[in-house]
Amino acid sequence: MNEPLAITLQVNGQSHDIRVEPRKTLSDALRIDCGLTGTNVGCEHGVCGACTVLLDGEPVRACLMFAVQAQGRQLRTVEGLAREGRLHPLQQAFIDNHSLQCGFCTSGFLMLAAGTLENQPDIDDAGLREVLSSNLCRCTGYQNILRAVGQVRDSLKTSGGGR
Amino acid sequence: MTGSHAAHPSSLREGERHNGDTNPRRKVVGQRVTRLEDPPLVTGRGTYVGNLNFPHQLHMRVVRSNYAHALIRSIDTAAARAHPGCIAIWTGADVADIPPITFRPTSVQGLEPYRQYILARDRVRYVGEPIAVVFAADPYTAEDIAEMVTLDAEELPVILSADTPPGEFAPGLSTEAVIMRKNFGDVDAAFRAAYTVVEVDVQVGRHSGVPLENRGALARLDHSRDVLELYGAGKRPHAHRDAVAALIGRSPASMHFYEGHIGGGFGVRGEIYPEDVLTCLAAVRFDRPVKWIEDRRENLMACNHSREQHHVVRAALDADARLLAVDAKLWHDQGAYVRTHGARVPDMAMGTLLGGYDVPAYRAIAYVRMTNKTPAATYRCPGRFESTYACERLMDAVAEKFGLSRIEVRRRNLIRKAQFPYPRAMDILDHPVELDSGDFALLLEKTLPHLGWDALQAELAQRRANGELVGVGMGFFMEKSGLGPVDGVRVTVDIQGKVQVVTGASSIGQGVETVMAQICADGLGVDYRDIKVIHGRTDMLEYGIGAHASRATVMTGGATRIAALNVRRKALEFAAQHMIEAPVELLDIVDGRVVRTDRPGEPGIAIGKVAAALSPSPTSVAFGTPGLTAEGWFETAGLAHPYGIHTAVVKVDPDTGQTIVERFHVAYDIGCAINPMLVEGQIVGGVAQGLGGALYEEFVYDERGEPLSVTFADYLMPTANEMPPVEVLLTEDAPSPNNALGMKGAGEAGITGVGAAIAAAIDDAIGMPGAITRLPVTPQRLKAILDKRAGVHA
Repeated sequence: MNEPLAITLQVNGQSHDIRVEPRKTLSDALRIDCGLTGTNVGCEHGVCGACTVLLDGEPVRACLMFAVQAQGRQLRTVEGLAREGRLHPLQQAFIDNHSLQCGFCTSGFLMLAAGTLENQPDIDDAGLREVLSSNLCRCTGYQNILRAVGQVRDSLKTSGGGR
Repeated sequence: MTGSHAAHPSSLREGERHNGDTNPRRKVVGQRVTRLEDPPLVTGRGTYVGNLNFPHQLHMRVVRSNYAHALIRSIDTAAARAHPGCIAIWTGADVADIPPITFRPTSVQGLEPYRQYILARDRVRYVGEPIAVVFAADPYTAEDIAEMVTLDAEELPVILSADTPPGEFAPGLSTEAVIMRKNFGDVDAAFRAAYTVVEVDVQVGRHSGVPLENRGALARLDHSRDVLELYGAGKRPHAHRDAVAALIGRSPASMHFYEGHIGGGFGVRGEIYPEDVLTCLAAVRFDRPVKWIEDRRENLMACNHSREQHHVVRAALDADARLLAVDAKLWHDQGAYVRTHGARVPDMAMGTLLGGYDVPAYRAIAYVRMTNKTPAATYRCPGRFESTYACERLMDAVAEKFGLSRIEVRRRNLIRKAQFPYPRAMDILDHPVELDSGDFALLLEKTLPHLGWDALQAELAQRRANGELVGVGMGFFMEKSGLGPVDGVRVTVDIQGKVQVVTGASSIGQGVETVMAQICADGLGVDYRDIKVIHGRTDMLEYGIGAHASRATVMTGGATRIAALNVRRKALEFAAQHMIEAPVELLDIVDGRVVRTDRPGEPGIAIGKVAAALSPSPTSVAFGTPGLTAEGWFETAGLAHPYGIHTAVVKVDPDTGQTIVERFHVAYDIGCAINPMLVEGQIVGGVAQGLGGALYEEFVYDERGEPLSVTFADYLMPTANEMPPVEVLLTEDAPSPNNALGMKGAGEAGITGVGAAIAAAIDDAIGMPGAITRLPVTPQRLKAILDKRAGVHA
């Protein structure tokens, strides 16, 4: 049965009251019902990671969840990274290191990296490579993405971490 | 009109190649500046077509054939139509008035009958072929309805290889669409006189660009202008707007394409697909916006495939391992239909097979054959990834035959610097071939120490002594870029001093806006961040060449430079006559201000003030055209040919057949790098795709023509784990004489030689020269080669 349900999604600290069918994916609900199109959909089968968002601080594939499963949880998307017009260090590092070309994978990588650095601030280069191999990029060849995330990890450690 | 602000001469011919522009200012050209494109993309504000919506829009979903080859008996839409959410369903009969999608102009005859209609008519020829479209108010409903449409068909035999004898495409029409030939010199005499002959028989597997964004289109009829708008365009908006308008019966001026952000192009996104035409047609017929976004499964079976070629190449050599002639045959798997590229891919493969080698005689035959698989077309470095692979396998075989090093064989055969410009007596894409400039010997001389060649050899020897299967391989390549013949842009300075460059280029993520801004900044004398570059908008500039064939930097960059110089000249002449009492020779524009070069302390006049003074008035009209604006048209004297060497260091696991790429090195001469950071980005990205094609990516079909590679769990693309560190050696030793800055393109250089380098490296690692003939070198295939050598049979 596909009768829409009324649910509330908490995204980037804001409430979104929406009506969605139970089968609607979280990625589609974010993009269509919440108007947050920063999260991209690349495969809908959980491999490419373009749809990565943070759910209670953990990177998840929004295409593999139903929106109704995210009710009551805290979601963070790329639209919530910059604060009061100031870019998140990862966003600035991506620009400085030419870590994006077409940009389609970028939101997913930023959220994956943000969640990883928050949860594992001491992650080493091998660990970073392992985590970042979760997401696909077809343009950059990954080198600049790895460098940017490593730089931010290093600068967060020297500045005492936290954000 | 005449006037002291006569336009900067645009054409470049022998004797005036640098157009009087002999010492271009390079303040920001050549710098690794950050991209203008990035801010919206890192903040989730991209305008990919999936993000766009219009009120009251319909969603279109395609119903696709599940047969590889069958006669359509009927398409049952009754159940689908009964769905309460079904707005409409079309099958072939509903669009019978729309002609098949045509291809670019070509001298190749006989391809017309192989074109694809936007919905199948009497027959389907590949799994994934559109047979119907359904329309609903939301995408989930559209997908539900599409699944209720069923196809009743009579299966026909399938042809799944270009190597098998041709069959019937349609009554009286063979699946061998055309046989193409190229020839110069006396090949047979060369083979008779040869000291020895070497032959290779190699294959490249079917793979393709697979951008991360799936295809999509959003069409809307704007009644205030009677214009049909298509959002989600890319690659060649102007040419495709013209073609689609003709297909659906509208004038070009009543149809506009809009390019927002595109999630990767690689040659496959932005071509004219049946779905794009259907979306436009539906917007007109329903008089509602229509949105179509495919899913990944559809993309993997319906977006253009590429690369599947089988080459048999023979070389005649003298006693010094010098090439006397090359004789090539290639079987090109075109898939089910000839799409917008006609026969360009096999044409390029044949035409570029000789790479950077000096060969006096050549003959090539290409058998272009239709198969019951997804239609094939251009993917980054089309025909040249394949031909470079074949040619380099041949050169490695020559080295093996003569007992020479692989590098020595190249040294003896690469075209020497003094031989450039180097013509070959044949056409590619109906243009004569002339390689403009090059110095391979110098590049090789720089590459070996940059690689640490001697230390590498010692290290590999040590590791082999320890039992590791490690090796190094190289792929030498000549690229082509800067496809002309002409391009034009318009540069305008507004009254606040900000600059707008309107181009007909296309941004597919490569950074074209930033590159054009850098070129304009130096030509005009402003900060590149004060420049906005427009692209992909048929309503803002009448003509455009888009972005493909690595042409944007050279052609659009060439035009941008000329337009910027024209605006600069206009500003200085107007200022000299009406604003500053000084001869124009003493004026310059520096950091956006018109200044006197003989009075360095003075602040000068902001360029925006000059623009304001040029607003329409009797003065500005008497001077010429009002506004601080000018066009620039650039005509290239010929293609620009960058060239390079790829080097791969690999380790093979004998138990699994897995190849680990430990290092990858790209040496590349680009003539003039506008932004080295962006060039490196193109190269590293290209290497990643090249590794995909060499080791992982393949579209596989079962014996009935059912595609088996329809998810990312089947079609494997490199992740960060598969990428080796990529080192880039960028040189500017052979600038192109065909444009003032000496530019050559960068878009395809990272991918061209990867197949060749990887195959050579694996041969070296396993100690079996010539063992690798087929790409991708999957673990299964490599294990079979190793097992066979060991006498183990599966």
